[in-house]
Amino acid sequence: MQNRIDKKFEELKTLKKKAFIAFITAGDPNLKVTEELVCSFEGVNVDIVELGVPFSDPLADGPTIQAASRRALAKGVTLKKILNTVKNIRVKTDIPICLMTYYNPVFHYGEKKFVEDVKKCGVDGLIIPDLPYQEAKVLIESARKHDVATIMFLTPTTTEKRMKEVVKAATGFIYYVSLTGVTGERKSLPSDIAGHIKSARKVSKKPICVGFGISNAEQVKAMSKIADGVIVGSAIVNEINKNVGKKDIVKKVSIFVSKLAR
Amino acid sequence: MALPDKKGHFGEFGGQYVPETLMAVLDELLGVYNSLKTDKAFQKEFAFYLKDYAGRPTNLYFAERLSEQLKTLKVYLKREDLLHTGAHKINNTLGQVLVAKKMGKTRIIAETGAGQHGVATATAAALMGLQCEVYMGSEDIERQSLNVYRMRLLGAKVIPVNSGSCTLKDAMNEAIRDWVTNVRNTFYIIGSVAGPHPYPVMVREFQSVIGREARKQFLKKEGKLPDYLVACVGGGSNAMGLFHAFFNDKEVRMIGVEAAGEGVNTKRHAATISKGQIGVLHGSKSDLLQDEDGQIMIAHSIAAGLDYPGVGPEHSYYNKIGRAEYVSVNDKQAIEGLKLLSEKEGIIPALETSHAIYYLKTLAKRVKKTASVILCLSGRGDKDVGSIKDLV
Repeated sequence: MQNRIDKKFEELKTLKKKAFIAFITAGDPNLKVTEELVCSFEGVNVDIVELGVPFSDPLADGPTIQAASRRALAKGVTLKKILNTVKNIRVKTDIPICLMTYYNPVFHYGEKKFVEDVKKCGVDGLIIPDLPYQEAKVLIESARKHDVATIMFLTPTTTEKRMKEVVKAATGFIYYVSLTGVTGERKSLPSDIAGHIKSARKVSKKPICVGFGISNAEQVKAMSKIADGVIVGSAIVNEINKNVGKKDIVKKVSIFVSKLAR
Repeated sequence: MALPDKKGHFGEFGGQYVPETLMAVLDELLGVYNSLKTDKAFQKEFAFYLKDYAGRPTNLYFAERLSEQLKTLKVYLKREDLLHTGAHKINNTLGQVLVAKKMGKTRIIAETGAGQHGVATATAAALMGLQCEVYMGSEDIERQSLNVYRMRLLGAKVIPVNSGSCTLKDAMNEAIRDWVTNVRNTFYIIGSVAGPHPYPVMVREFQSVIGREARKQFLKKEGKLPDYLVACVGGGSNAMGLFHAFFNDKEVRMIGVEAAGEGVNTKRHAATISKGQIGVLHGSKSDLLQDEDGQIMIAHSIAAGLDYPGVGPEHSYYNKIGRAEYVSVNDKQAIEGLKLLSEKEGIIPALETSHAIYYLKTLAKRVKKTASVILCLSGRGDKDVGSIKDLV
């Protein structure tokens, strides 16, 4: 079976549409809501879900996702429980799912076993912000064997020479980081994003999606014009947090996402 | 083969585990650092500041009354506490601030636990006229308040960190987030032999002056090499600084003393090598205190400078190949060590260093015949007097 991420980008290409990728922290406020949210996302034009595995020291994340990770960990959320949730989700929907996790939990789990297990549970891709390609040999080899995408980052500071190596190691899509900094909502985005994406396109035909800082429908629209997809995280995580404890949390968040993903 | 390898690995440890945004600056830093190693003007400038500003070489002092008390040990103290700012940290910050200048960076950031590295960074930044901001856990700000005032007097901004355990680990997370954000104009001065390559090797090289001097001084005084080297290990910069020059002297045994906090069999300690498992934190692979899910555990030590769940990758390597031995000393014993040196030699050591001093008592019982020791007296204890006044 073709990887769900690749299949999704092929579909979008035929439809001449861009991908909307929604990030949520798994287990915030709890795994049941996470499961319901992911299942509801397909109905509100989310193309791919990025599921964040909470980590004690999320050094690429800003305050919003740091707080979400803390809340999830305090509830006792673990990687194993998250994989179980993905398994449950897979019974109900085929929406492509990427796992965003820091490297230590993966390394501790055992890289090969990790890739095997995530594949078995229905995960389609991996995003590991503190694992640059040159340290990722074991993981990449294993991911190729099991057809799990290894999504790699390009950033405003990536040199041309590195860019060539990074895109070689990337499958599924390339994650272009819009700015120098950590995740979190920003009022405005840097003006040079289009230029950076253009230079990335010179070295790769893989889909390029933009993330970090994107927090409203206007920014989503603007970024959709220059990239193959847009990733929104903190804005959605904030919306989830605003609705914690409410019975219609899934509906409220879905409406919020539908406005972004339109 | 000389370690680390080209990509910063010490065996299975070390490496570069950082967000992609930082890779370019690490490559640039490595290039500049490598070129400066053979740059005579740079080496001359660095040597000048170490000598005329920081006060090198430091004395190797024979602690006669302490040795008498211990009976079986002849103890020499490498007096890093006599350096400007009161600890070995200045060796490294002077080196790094000169590298920062070469790279054209205008802003310096640092993390600090005990505040010694923060003070040493603020000092070097003031000396070079660079803007300086220091991240410090809010718990450490409280227990090391003297150093907070010193940093402020030196013109640095101290930024409290309220996440996680509110100590060194969290200060380092926050410093890395700042670095990722301001990477274009900011130089991150890491205070230990930790972090992504080339930091562990660069800090080691700047600190290894400790061991080079001590080796020469000891040879001159004793006509032979010492039997033991003893130093405290948090991240491990003073220990690596002392150990490195003796790496090939197989007869010299090295002992790193970690913080056992309330005991290595409790959950409140910082004995990373003794009790941790291999993992990745803050840019490199080394021993880490972590739980069964790979979440980093909160460390504990009475000494803020040792209160860290990781350790420099080269120490993990030394441990793995059996070149150095790592032991631990708890909070109470450290205070005993502090009192011992104060009363016997008239030297008040830092709480960090006091861990190593206490271990001499254990070592004295271990040796079969009289043995000689160099102990790295990494810092002075003025900063701790306030926080332990009720305990002594």
